[in-house]
Amino acid sequence: MTWLKSLAYLVGLPLLLILIWWAATLGRPNFFFPAPGILMDTFGEVWFGERILSDVLPSLGRLLAGVAAAIGIGIAAGLLIGSVKWLRALLEPTLEFFRAVPPPVLVPVLMLLMGITDSMKVVVIISGCIWPVLLNTIEGVRAVDGVLSDSARTYGVAGWARVRYLVLPSASPQIMAGIRQCLSIGLILMVISEMFASSSGLGFTIVQFQRSFAIPEMWSGIIVLGLIGVAMSFIFQWTERRVLRWYHGQKEVENAG
Amino acid sequence: MTAQVTAQGTPQSRRTVPVQQFLGLAGILGFLLTWELIPRAGIIEPRFLPPASEVMAELFRAFGLTAFWLSVGETMIAWFVGLLMAVAAALVLGFLIGSSAFLARATSSSVEFLRPIPSVALIPLAVLMFGVKIESSLMLIVYASFWQVFIQVLYGVADIDLVANNTAKSYGLGRMARIRYVVFPTALPYLMTGVRLAASVALILAITAELVIGSPGLGREIALAQSGGAISGMYALVLATGLIGVIINMLMRFIEKKTLSWHSSVRSEVVL
Repeated sequence: MTWLKSLAYLVGLPLLLILIWWAATLGRPNFFFPAPGILMDTFGEVWFGERILSDVLPSLGRLLAGVAAAIGIGIAAGLLIGSVKWLRALLEPTLEFFRAVPPPVLVPVLMLLMGITDSMKVVVIISGCIWPVLLNTIEGVRAVDGVLSDSARTYGVAGWARVRYLVLPSASPQIMAGIRQCLSIGLILMVISEMFASSSGLGFTIVQFQRSFAIPEMWSGIIVLGLIGVAMSFIFQWTERRVLRWYHGQKEVENAG
Repeated sequence: MTAQVTAQGTPQSRRTVPVQQFLGLAGILGFLLTWELIPRAGIIEPRFLPPASEVMAELFRAFGLTAFWLSVGETMIAWFVGLLMAVAAALVLGFLIGSSAFLARATSSSVEFLRPIPSVALIPLAVLMFGVKIESSLMLIVYASFWQVFIQVLYGVADIDLVANNTAKSYGLGRMARIRYVVFPTALPYLMTGVRLAASVALILAITAELVIGSPGLGREIALAQSGGAISGMYALVLATGLIGVIINMLMRFIEKKTLSWHSSVRSEVVL
């Protein structure tokens, strides 16, 4: 019975909401809000054709490339800047400024510098997502426990081993927090770069539907974006639980004590 | 944005602070110098990347223009109103849902599903419903910043100390009194974290809406400058948005410090 109850908790509210939505669109068709049935049909028609190859996958590819590069560069540069004291002092105010620049304004700037190309969109994503990862890594490296750091030095742990076994693990909770922000900014930038300047991709397609008043198609696009967001969030949570298993365990022990 | 681990109070900190500030300043100057040299040396053509001096001059000229301050004002109004609406809604719903175990459980799947939906997905809907008015910006801003605050309020309400709550109960504090004197102070640090995160998200969305939809404000000016070929003007506006971002960050940290000055621990924040 308990699993039945948790299932009811899981799907109860969503079902209720869909029911209300269905009931509200039952009598008179609303121009802006299509009925759930129509939307489901349109969703299948629009997205399970060649569009998945021509628009969805290229968009996702750019997103993945951009986010992966941003995480890689962010962590590497963060480790370097975080462990060299004068470098950190030298660069921190400049980096803080870059992080404060709202990433979407990079779209027109990079459009100008690079033209409207695929690599421009990837660079937009990289240059918007890198800051949370970079700054959180710097912060995490700086906050390495002093006793641990000294012990490692006493035992002669240095160089790559020090990074691998001391610095990276102890900075990882912060790095993961940065990566979480990086993912959501990346998705936003993927959509914006395509809405602003493109002739293909998810963002472009959705705006195109909206401009031609293809309302159910537009809604189906919104749902695709939502599903991508949800999928990314689940993948992230799963990864985080694995990477930070030791950390959550430690927190639990601390909280219990 | 996350986890300010303060490492103050080390013995030599007083001596090193000026050195650090000097280095930071040198870093900014070095950046500006590099920027100045890249177009001057012809690595990137000046018509695509004007030298820093030209952009700075343009920025200072903009500071003297009414039109510039008008669009700054429009952006800031959208930012502020959107943030306010999001915080108010998140506070009410957060306390309501967080303090009932049934509601918290029943809504969690919907929240987990709705929260990761990128607010830019709503852009076409906003355009259809509101056109290029401020309401479009507000819709995106409220949606994006609501979740930041809402989740933090839920965490905060869940963090309540049972002993304190039971003590308050046995001293005969009513429901409202307990919310005011037990739940609210517990949730306040979380709430402030949420508001600080929401403030920068709201700015991003305000600029995005103006850039993509064309609702009035700095973002639209950037798009106009870019398509009109006013390149150093565009770079100046981009710098201006960065400055606004820095000011908002500083303001939020200041407010957080002031409102939490009573809070004993310098809390290392929850990992988001």
